[in-house]
Formats: sequence, C-alpha cells, structure tokens
Amino acid sequence: MSGPDGTPKAGSEETHGSQAPQGPVPAAGSGDASETDGNLPARLGEERLAEPVVRMGMFGVQDTPDTSGYGGLRVHRAPGIESPRPYGSYFDEVADELGSALEAAGIGFRDAIERVVADRGELTFHVRRERLPEVAAKFRDDPALRFELCTGVSGVHYLEDTGRELHAVYHLLSITHNRRVRLEVSAPDADPHIPTLVGVYPTNNWHERETWDFFGIIFDGHPALTRIQMPDDWKGHPQRKDYPLGGIPVEYRGAKIPAPDERRHYA
Amino acid sequence: MTSSTPHSPAGASDAEAAEGRVYMVSGEDWDEIVAAANEAGDFESGERIVINMGPQHPSTHGVLRLVLTLEGETVVEVRPSIGYLHTGIEKNMEYRTWTQGVTFCTRMDYLMPIFNETAYCLAVERLLGIEDKVPERAQIIRVLMLELNRISSHLGGIAPMGLELGATTIYTQGARLRERTLDLLELITGLRMNHAYIRPGGVAQDLPPGALGGIRAFLDSAPELLRDLHTLIDANPIFIGRNKGVAYLDLASCMALGVTGPVLRSTGLPWDLRKSQPYCGYESYEFDVPVNDMCDAYGRYLIRMEEMGESLRIIRQCVERLAARGSPGPEKDPVMIKDAKIGWPAQLSLGPDGLGPSPEHIAHIMGQSMEALIHHFKLITEGFRVPAGQAYAAIESPRGELGAHVVSDGGTRPYRVHFRDPSFTHLQSVAAMCEGGQVADLIPAIASLDPVMGGVDR
Repeated sequence: MSGPDGTPKAGSEETHGSQAPQGPVPAAGSGDASETDGNLPARLGEERLAEPVVRMGMFGVQDTPDTSGYGGLRVHRAPGIESPRPYGSYFDEVADELGSALEAAGIGFRDAIERVVADRGELTFHVRRERLPEVAAKFRDDPALRFELCTGVSGVHYLEDTGRELHAVYHLLSITHNRRVRLEVSAPDADPHIPTLVGVYPTNNWHERETWDFFGIIFDGHPALTRIQMPDDWKGHPQRKDYPLGGIPVEYRGAKIPAPDERRHYA
Repeated sequence: MTSSTPHSPAGASDAEAAEGRVYMVSGEDWDEIVAAANEAGDFESGERIVINMGPQHPSTHGVLRLVLTLEGETVVEVRPSIGYLHTGIEKNMEYRTWTQGVTFCTRMDYLMPIFNETAYCLAVERLLGIEDKVPERAQIIRVLMLELNRISSHLGGIAPMGLELGATTIYTQGARLRERTLDLLELITGLRMNHAYIRPGGVAQDLPPGALGGIRAFLDSAPELLRDLHTLIDANPIFIGRNKGVAYLDLASCMALGVTGPVLRSTGLPWDLRKSQPYCGYESYEFDVPVNDMCDAYGRYLIRMEEMGESLRIIRQCVERLAARGSPGPEKDPVMIKDAKIGWPAQLSLGPDGLGPSPEHIAHIMGQSMEALIHHFKLITEGFRVPAGQAYAAIESPRGELGAHVVSDGGTRPYRVHFRDPSFTHLQSVAAMCEGGQVADLIPAIASLDPVMGGVDR
C-alpha cells in the first residue's frame, strides 16, 4: 500500500494483498544458498535495513521540538520482493525457458534478471538494464518463448524509489503461444540510461522517443532520440512526478479556484 | 502563394533553408509549383524536393504532418511528424480519481471512445481484483456498445477514405449508416462521443426505455445500408485502381513494427484479441474473424467492411440476451458492481431540471441509511482506493491492440496511466509502406491505417 505520505514504496506491486513479503527465491538455474532461510524474519529485517531511508521522524513534525519521542525514527524502504515458486499458469514454463536460453548464451539467470513477480495474473521480469537487449532478443527468438510482438514502452517515475527512480516497462506478446509477459527495467535519476530495444523490436522506435520526451530516459543506441510529442525546444520532461501539472488557477467574479495539481487530494 | 524566390516574406530565408530552393505551398494550383520547379530545372537535374504535407491538410486524417522528400512523383523519404494534438491526458489522469479518469481517456481516440474507456476500466478492475464480479448485464451492455462503436469507427475510417480519393458518394453513404450508430450511442449514453459510459465495476447506467427497440430497428436497416456500400465500392474500378497493391505491408513487417488489427489481418494472420484473449465475455458470442492475404489498402478496406457485418451479428446476440433478461431493475439485474465501496452510488434519472441522482436515491441516503450516505459522500468526493500494483489490459479496438498500462500506489488516484494506442504505433509504418512509391499513393496508404490523431498524441 502507499506510504503514510501517499507516495508509493519500492516496486509497489509487491506489497499488495495476500502476498506476504518473501525472501529471494532461487529461480531456474541459480543454486542460491539462501534457499532455506529466505523466510526468516531476521533476514528480512536485515534486508530492509540495507535499503535507503524513506522517512524520518513521526507525525511530520519539522519545525518544533519533538515531544513524542519518535523524532529519531528512521523508516527504510521495503525491499523489492520476489514471488515464490510456483508462479502458476504458464509463468513457470516461461521462466524456465528463459533460464535455459540465457544459460545457453553463457548468461546466468541472476546476472540478467533481478527478480520475478507474478501478480494479478501477470508475470513481470525485473531485468538488469545492461542485459536488456540480450534478454529481449531471447524472448523474441527462442522457439519456446517466441514473443514476436512488443507493444511499446511505458515509463513510470517512482520518485521515492531511491536509486531506481525511472522505470521503463515493456509488454511482450507471443502470438505463437498466446502469452504475455512484462519486462521492467529501472535506472537512477542521476544516470537515466537504458539500452535501446529498437534493434530487437523496431516498433519501439517511437515508443522510446515518447518515453524520452516525457520521462527523460535516455535510450542508448536509439537511431534518433528526439522529442516526439512536445515541441523540440521544450524544457523538462512533463510526465515526471517532480514536474507539476502546470494548471493555472481559475478566477471568476472575485473567486479563485486553484489549479488542479494544487487542489485537495486524499491519497 | 508560390515562391521560387528564397527571399519571399512567407518563404524561408537563405539562412533558414538547409539547402536548395524552398517552395511554399498553401492551397494554390499544383501546376504552378511544377511549372516553377521545371523552370528552375529541379526535375532535370534529379533534384529532390522536400514538401511539408500538413499539419492542416484534408487528407492527413487530422493534424498529421508529413515531411516528404520527392524525386519527381516518387516518394524518396517520408517522415511523419506528430504531437500537434497532444493534450496531456495521461498526466491529467494522475490528478483525478479512478472514476474521473474515464472522462479523460474517452477523449483520446475520439472515433472509438467506448474502447478507450473499456481498456482503462478492465485494467482498473484487474488491479481491484473484481474482474469476475462485474455484473453479467454490464458485460453484455459493454459488448453491445463496443460493437456499435466499432461500426461507427470503421465507417469513420472508410467514408473519409473515399472522400480523400475524391469520391464524395462514399462519404455520404458511409455517413448515413454512421449516423444511425451515433444516434444509438446518443440514445444510450446521452452523447455522440466522449461518452464516459463504461466505468470501473460496470457501466454508468442501464439502457434507457426504448433502447432495445431502437437497436432492433437499426439491425433491420443496417445490413441494407452496408450492402449499398459494398455495391458502391467493392468492384469500383477507380477505387480498386487506387487501393489494390498500394501500401504493401507483409506479416514480417507487421510483427517488427508492432502493427495489429485490420492491417495485420490483411496479411493472412487471423489474430483478434476477442478470440485469442477474450474479455467482457466475448468467448460466448458467435462471430468470425475476417482475414485475407492481400497485404494492401484494398485488403484492409475489405476486412473493415466484413468486420462491420460481424459486429451486427454480435449486436444481434446482445439484444437477444438483454431481451431474455427483461428489465427487472437495478436490484435484481444490476449494471454496476454490488460492492458499495467501489460501485458508483447514484442511480441517475431525468427530472424536470435535467439528469441527476434519482429521487429514490436521495430519499434513501438522506432519510434511511447512514451507511449509504457515507458511501455516497466518500465515493463522490474522495473516490475509492485501488491496491498498489500495476496491470496491463489489452482489447481489440477497430484499429488494433489498444492497451492500458495502469499503475497504482494504493491511493484514490492513478499513479500512472499509459495507453498503447494502435494509431501511434501504426503511423511508424508509413515510411515502410510508402517510400519508393508514388506520392498519390500516400493518401490511400495513410487512410488504410485509419489513424486518429487524438489517439496518436493523447
């Protein structure tokens, strides 16, 4: 769920519903030693403490001396969690096939895929950005995967997700097997580079331009990464969360209603 | 005006023009430009002319701008330039409740508003985990509306296509049938476009009295109008001459460029999400997926025409199902999810001062039920919360796969909504279809993609 300040926590889908946080679960081809102690609470605590601090203090007290005793509170971000096996549906098969395809190319599953999340009937591979083109090529070419069609890129800006603020989300469709998967790649705000997928899926040409235009993600190797919707000389990337909606207050007969982005909201 | 002098006030100056001579074209006779170019010897020397077609051009389906490089009549290079209709709908949706989002996204591709709404609502329903709880009646009405909208959208593609080729009769005949579908959409939702009718959890309200009769009358008259169109166009030698073998795009190119919908089905692949990944109960309807392997503008036209016939079949089945259910009222056969924390509380009714919450509903919340009042107040001021996560819902729109990627942070507003609009994706293929061809073929090529700039730019 959302944090107390209404901002999403890291990879926010993981904290939903019945899916209790789980430790890392080894997937295809990774003989991880953490197999047995993945669910121990102590371990989870350690993981969380290793994450960056997202909130300090309690009750939002900033300017007066804190009398609550909670002034020193430090809340760490929830660690990105991973769905346990089996994922259900065709998901396990896809993950296994991807594992063996990557292994055949000399890439370890864990080197390419950070974690796998199966949520609400959808499968998400969180791909390490430097491995994205290789992983996408496997998804397209491996006969058992054969995701021929990419339906574009969707950028998401998780302002609070320190170190991986910018996400690029790709949805792949296999017509051969009638399946869908999602690839998610993240990049920090300070280094907003993600390798391009135009070589693998030419359809992403405009989609990546759009994501650059709106989020400022630089797709390395794109043939012509220019703005596509906004004017060429536009400043800033409008869909980022730190970019205001830019509405203007409406005045009528001495009454003034604030711009939409400044109105009350309940999130 | 035509200017072959680089210093004309309306033309580009020497410094602005990258290279060569600049011709400003703004509505005068084409012969003049050709004559000027001939006089300057542009054609003899094999010089290329760069022409700016649009954004205000009657044949570009709205504000699409094409930068053409011509060598005589041959298109050497075509670069579509978009963004003239960008309205920031995706950004705006982040500042409204989940229900209000429908009102925004319906305005994207204005020829298929019901599809925009449905894709968004299916994604929100998946996030909420209520996909199975949407009432049966709402699902039937959704299918009915989707197919009505598919007919009006296809006609909104075919009729102007005729007009752009110079055949006004195709336009008027298409518009005749299109008006009938818009009349029905207006009867049911109150509006001819921008309906905001499909809502998370169901639809805004039940069919009004007389709707089924109106649809039956439409089903009686539509096949004949459709037949007229077939008779008028199918074997028309000029239409065939302009469209057959034009704008060739084969299956491999479609896959690489992400092209779906009628364009993909004109390459011989019967891929239709209504069949392969059904939603809203499409698996329970009988219909065929028209397909051919012409790979050209004419093939796409034929598929759109046949799809309208199939849509009529589906609408007929919807009417039968709705008639069999009767109208037992919102309690027994609701059109909105029963969950009081999600379902929009108000039942609308027409009063002397216009459409508003029904007097029964007002009496209920003001006089009988404290909980109902609280739900009404909370839902209407604050909206409902959606569990954090992300979902992608895709539907078969008239133009191809329309996808909605919706991200929630657990709040009452979307954290991010992205639409994968088919028109946006398909416009990329203009270069693949048109380069090396005649400039005149550009018009049917773009019309055969049926792009709508409202959806492209969002």
